[in-house]
Amino acid sequence: MRLTITSLLAASALALTACGSCVDECVDVSGQGGPLAAAEAELAAEACVPGSVADFVDNVGDRVFFDFDRSAVRPDGLETLQRQAAWLNTYANYVVTIDGHCDNRGTVEYNLALGERRANAAREKLIAFGVDPARIRVVSYGKNRPVVEQDGSEWAWQQNRVAITVLD
Amino acid sequence: MIKKFASTFLIFLSLTFAASAELRINVTEGTFKPVPIAITPFDGSRDPELAKVGQDITEVIMNDLESCGLFHIVDPQAHIQSAQDVMTAPRFADWKILNAEALVGGLLKRNGNAFQVDFRLFDVFTESQLTGLSLGSDASNWRRVAHKIADEIYERMTGDKGYFDTRVVYIAESGPEMDRKYRLAIMDYDGANHQFISSGNTRVLTPRFSPDRTKIAYINFGADDRSPTLHIHNLETGQSESIASLEGQRMSPRFSPRGDHLILASAKGGATTLYKMDLGSKRMEKLTASSSSIDIAPCYSPDGTKICYISDRGGKPQIYVRDAAGGEGTRISFSPGYHDNPIWSPRGDLIAFTRHYKGTFYIGVMRPDGSGERMLDSGYLLEGPTWSPNGREIMYTCQSSRESNVGICRVDIVGFNKRKVPIPGQGSYPTW
Repeated sequence: MRLTITSLLAASALALTACGSCVDECVDVSGQGGPLAAAEAELAAEACVPGSVADFVDNVGDRVFFDFDRSAVRPDGLETLQRQAAWLNTYANYVVTIDGHCDNRGTVEYNLALGERRANAAREKLIAFGVDPARIRVVSYGKNRPVVEQDGSEWAWQQNRVAITVLD
Repeated sequence: MIKKFASTFLIFLSLTFAASAELRINVTEGTFKPVPIAITPFDGSRDPELAKVGQDITEVIMNDLESCGLFHIVDPQAHIQSAQDVMTAPRFADWKILNAEALVGGLLKRNGNAFQVDFRLFDVFTESQLTGLSLGSDASNWRRVAHKIADEIYERMTGDKGYFDTRVVYIAESGPEMDRKYRLAIMDYDGANHQFISSGNTRVLTPRFSPDRTKIAYINFGADDRSPTLHIHNLETGQSESIASLEGQRMSPRFSPRGDHLILASAKGGATTLYKMDLGSKRMEKLTASSSSIDIAPCYSPDGTKICYISDRGGKPQIYVRDAAGGEGTRISFSPGYHDNPIWSPRGDLIAFTRHYKGTFYIGVMRPDGSGERMLDSGYLLEGPTWSPNGREIMYTCQSSRESNVGICRVDIVGFNKRKVPIPGQGSYPTW
């Protein structure tokens, strides 16, 4: 019960902050001009629509990162998942798939299982924050569908140790 | 559609000569020296077309025998007799001077639209014939004829079955890392006769052959790339059957030694669990029961009484062995690092695996009780070993550096001769 109250509070807080950053962004981009800026403005404008996919990706954050060979949700990931849950509880028409990914320093098969475990760890937090389990599917790609190109940098490996919540 | 492998006709006739003798390679001995073998260019009976086929056959035999690590090919430049002469009256004393211990001659003849090859293998020191065969085939199948002859030579000299007349299925990869295409492909073990099986429109992973090599179990992510599903491809019909899962993501399918069921993993709720799946009823039976660990990459012992698999129930992925019927697994891998991808040798004596330690990957073998661990190759990324059907070689995914292409390598477990298998692009995860 207490959990539900918390997430409702989080949802209203989110609505406020999301709206604020949204307006800033719109003003910022429209001041520049040029075709590229126009395209960016269009994207930003989409992000301004509360409840849109862009709103979720840009203002809530669709990804949760993990440490090497780990599937425990870190504190920063927990915050992201709390925002995701609040948003999903507000926009209850969405169902989601959480994609599990791994960096490429492992085998195909173990990484498929590890990716599922990561995606599931994110799923369990969303459920704990009040999202209906029936709305959350998981799929693991292991190391076989990298999110960013793995150039050997720690940054790129980190970007690929991730669970991404995708609005279906 | 894949051309059927069995479309050739091969006639085996024994060519008698003299009593057989002693020359035999003992591949279990510690330090191994390859046996010098002289293979005279197979004679085409003054027929230019046959001469060309004879030359091609000779090259394939040489490549088979040299690449397995057990033979040293005597330089043809030094030969002192033609194949024709070797077939009728080998001058053993002269071949001894060249240090050739084994000698091969072959002769091609026309037989209607087909051709016939007679070949003989001699022991130079005892001056006797070890084997002689006559094989018939249509001209398009000359490669299989060559592999059959190499198999026969290998078998006569090692006592093991040859493995040159075999095929490999693997995942052909193309395109940049961020937009990679994955296709099932099949080829001869030496990379020849390469054919794609799947179109590349769907992501396919982890193929494994059925024991009779007519089917392939693998995972296909579907047209939306979001629906990983177990598939079984039939090489004879060209059809793929999709076996839907009501819950859990299917991984690591392998056929049982008798081919009547699969052993596979299914991931759900953060745990990956091993199952048996009957191929008739598709009914699943749970084999492991942890609520939190990853149990994956199962494999049967060749007699079907035991399974080996990976579990991270102790914290990191390690190899476990247990009775197929049930019971707790016993951990067998203890050297530093992670162990993964165990696969039981068809001979039953060894388990091959992937090891990851301090940023380096290794392909290694150990006995089923975990003793005698040794590494056969190391590199930036090595994984997914598969045994040759006679258990003397291992093929695996190999990438030497981050910048280099992903490819297929093979290594023999006696001489550690490592070779790259020629493939048209990049590739991974062979099944032999």
